[in-house]
Amino acid sequence: MKRWVVLAGAALAALALGVAVGPAGLDTAVVARALVGRGDPIEVAIVRDLRVPRVSLAFLVGGALAMTGAVLQALVRNPLADPYLLGLSGGAGLGAVLAIALGLQGAWAVPLAAAVGALTAIALVYRLAVVASGVLDTRVLLLSGVVVGAFASALVGAVLALSPAEQLRSALLWLLGGFDGASWKALAVFAAYASIPVIILYRASRSLDLLSLGEEPARFLGADVEPLKRTLYIAASLLTAAAVAVSGIIGFVGLIIPHAVRLLWGHTHRVLLPASFLLGGSLLAAADALARTAFAPLTLPVGVVTAVVGVPVFAVLVRRWAT
Amino acid sequence: MGDVIFRAEQLTYRYPGVAEPAVCDVDFHVAEGELVGIIGPNGSGKTTLLRLLLGVLKPDGGRATAFDRPASEWRRPQFARMVGVVVQREEPVFPLRVRQAVMLGRYPHAGAFGALTARDAAIVKTALADADALHLAERWTATLSAGEWQRVRLARALAQEPRVLVLDEPTANLDIRHEMEVFELAATFVGERGLTGVLVTHHVNLATRYFDRVVIMNRGRVAAAGPPATALTRAVLETVFEWPVDAHPWRGIPQFVPLRKNEIT
Repeated sequence: MKRWVVLAGAALAALALGVAVGPAGLDTAVVARALVGRGDPIEVAIVRDLRVPRVSLAFLVGGALAMTGAVLQALVRNPLADPYLLGLSGGAGLGAVLAIALGLQGAWAVPLAAAVGALTAIALVYRLAVVASGVLDTRVLLLSGVVVGAFASALVGAVLALSPAEQLRSALLWLLGGFDGASWKALAVFAAYASIPVIILYRASRSLDLLSLGEEPARFLGADVEPLKRTLYIAASLLTAAAVAVSGIIGFVGLIIPHAVRLLWGHTHRVLLPASFLLGGSLLAAADALARTAFAPLTLPVGVVTAVVGVPVFAVLVRRWAT
Repeated sequence: MGDVIFRAEQLTYRYPGVAEPAVCDVDFHVAEGELVGIIGPNGSGKTTLLRLLLGVLKPDGGRATAFDRPASEWRRPQFARMVGVVVQREEPVFPLRVRQAVMLGRYPHAGAFGALTARDAAIVKTALADADALHLAERWTATLSAGEWQRVRLARALAQEPRVLVLDEPTANLDIRHEMEVFELAATFVGERGLTGVLVTHHVNLATRYFDRVVIMNRGRVAAAGPPATALTRAVLETVFEWPVDAHPWRGIPQFVPLRKNEIT
């Protein structure tokens, strides 16, 4: 019980921080009034139409990435797995960079192109990893993800090299991840879409406990391993694809949060998955607040913040793990 | 003896891309309440035979039935409530406490969302005590010795409250004491609690003393089967293992000594 209070507290604090701070430099009192719709219309708009959806989207994306990371680590039985390992980020990046390079207009052009790229990569990796008689080989899955990702990255490099300077800048910033495109509409679409894979993954919690032991022991403890692996891979990939589409490629949340939760509260997925969601969401909401304010009025890519904060934390965790 | 638990009839299986069948025309059964040993050289098809009987592989020829039904047709959770299996190798990647690891044996009963109750905790505790592993309950699985880990996995299988225990080379890297403990535990569960036991082992000298029946596999086929006294003979062992042995009765039970090259006369 105590851990859920701690996690809920962290989530509320991160959300409050994200709404309270920003390049506009509004006082906390002003923000609080604007939140309930009182005060200067511009301040109300900044708080209610920019900050609240942005912070909420960052929270949901962070939660989705952390939860996916936890699932994939158990699926491929590799503590280094993260949501992007499976070639998704390469595919999404290629889609987005192509859309930017071709100068496609509209708020949804880049996210849709990224989603198409991610889905293509998912299909390709899945096709490669299904070996004889419909068995999904998770070792091949890992390797396929790496090669598809590498191939897409090479194409991204080619597109970037041929892009004019202005588009090169937008493309690079997109690749590093951020929530500049956040809106109530994006939040609503993402929340509606993400809830389905999130529920599917959570419902698989006990099967994930078994699968972490290895496929053979899992089977003899009652897991239907083959359909389970397919369901997990597809749900996790589709969730990540949506996260990438709305926010670009944000590293480290999906890798380190599950490990932090394991160290704190152990490896039972019934706890691990929701706790990772809450902690990942809190981290990303706070990181986005930092990204917006550290060099205001310039915005850092939030992926840079999560990496700069995440790498040292992860290094410490790895040391603890090793001893 | 009671009902037939596992039955193989003309059972044949080929791994894809391998010409020689791994299991070929095997007839064999395990009856309720027996402790049965599967013996044979490396690569003779012992584990494949088990995997067929446990419904993980589908036969290419013949039939593999478990509880009077084709083994591969059982739903896995249902099967896991009847049969507890300790596989040869299992290396945990993520840290678990022993108590949590054994609780996984309750999952087939609890399902995806059923509550794990005080009753489940009590069953886990009993299983740990039965496997002589209760003192390990709060340890991390990664810190266990090979013998301790084996007993914990045995406890997990017991927590499934199975009718049948299947152990695949459970004593492969254990010293004498830990090996004997596993055999003693298996014999106790079968002899005193009415479970059925199937054990794959290389240990012919323990086989003669523990098992009700043995089946000796060689190149995918049954080389001999029956009570150890008749099935485990010097001639059979020398043919199957391709090494000379001497047989010495010990308290009336044959024990086999592999010979050194300079001891062959």
